[in-house]
Amino acid sequence: MKIVKIIAIILLVAFVGIQFIPTTRNQSDTVPSTDFMLVNNVPETIQKKLQVSCYDCHSNNTQYPWYNKIQPVAWFLEDHIKEGKAELNFNEWDSLSSRRKASKLRSIIKQIENGEMPLNSYTLIHNEATFTEAEAEELINFITQLKDSL
Amino acid sequence: MKNLKMSIAAMLLLAVSFTNAQEKEKMNHDHGDMKMDHSKMMNKNSDAKAEAILSDYFNLKDALVADDTKKVAQAGTKLVATLKAFDMGSYTKEQQKELADIIEDATEHAEHISESAIDHQREHFKTLSKDITDMVAITGTKSTLYEQFCPMYDKGSAWLSTSNEVRNPYYGSKMLKCGKVQKTIQ
Repeated sequence: MKIVKIIAIILLVAFVGIQFIPTTRNQSDTVPSTDFMLVNNVPETIQKKLQVSCYDCHSNNTQYPWYNKIQPVAWFLEDHIKEGKAELNFNEWDSLSSRRKASKLRSIIKQIENGEMPLNSYTLIHNEATFTEAEAEELINFITQLKDSL
Repeated sequence: MKNLKMSIAAMLLLAVSFTNAQEKEKMNHDHGDMKMDHSKMMNKNSDAKAEAILSDYFNLKDALVADDTKKVAQAGTKLVATLKAFDMGSYTKEQQKELADIIEDATEHAEHISESAIDHQREHFKTLSKDITDMVAITGTKSTLYEQFCPMYDKGSAWLSTSNEVRNPYYGSKMLKCGKVQKTIQ
C-alpha cells in the first residue's frame, strides 16, 4: 500500500513539475500580407472552414483550448504544429513560387479526397473540423480552380 | 646574399611554372569535356549531377513499374541526396532561379515518396515527373528520353523513360502497357 502511495506522489510531483517547462506557443497577432485568404478570392464559407479545420496547424496562429495548455498534451501539439507548418503554412502562401503552389494545391486536394486531413487525432476533439461530403466537394472544386488558374 | 637572391628567384620561377602547368591541365580538362559534350555547352560537373538525378529518377520509376514499394522508398531516399548534391554554378542567373525552384519541389516529393505507401508514392511521382522533365529542359541530357503519357491516371499523367516501350509506373502490373510516347527528348 505504501509503495502505491509513493508512486502516486512521485507521479503527481512529476506532473506538476512538467507544467513549468516552457513550450513555444504558436500565436501571432498579425496576419502577413502573404496569407492565402488575402491573396486569393476565397468564398466566405470556405474561409471559415479553412480557419476551423486547417489554420490551427497550418498557420502562425493556433486557437488553443484550455486543455492544450497542459503538459504533456502541449508537447504533443507543439510537434504536430511544427510539422504541419513545415509542410504548409497558409500565412506564407504567396511567398511560394507557382510550381510550389501547384504542388501544395495538388496535395491539399489529395489529402481531402482521401480523408487524411484533418488528422483523426484533431477531429476527435475538434468535431467541427471534420469535412462533410458537400464541404469537401466545395473545397476541392475551389482548390482545383485555383490550381488551374496558376 | 647573391645566393639567397638566386634561390628566391628560382623558387618564384618554380611556383609560377607550377601554377601555370596546373592551369594548363585544367584548361585541357575543360577542353576535353567540351569536345565530349559540345552540343550541351555544359561543364562536366553539373552535367554529371543532372545525370545522377535522372538515373535515380529512373530507378524509382522502374520500382513503381514493378509495384515494389520498398524499393521505391529506397530510390526516393537516394534521389533526395542526389537532388541535394546538384550544383547549378554553371547556369545563368535565370536558370539558377528556375532550377532552385525545381529542385526544392522535387526534393519534397522525393521525401514523401521515401516514407509513403504505393498509392501515395504514385501521386507524388506525377509531380516529381513534371519537375524532372522541366529540369532536363534546362540541363539537357546525353541520352535520348521518351516522355510517355497515361490518359487514365489522375486525368492524364506523364513520366520519363529511357526506352520507347511503355511500362506504366502509375499502374504497374495492373495495366503495364497502358500509355503512349508523346514526345522524344534528345
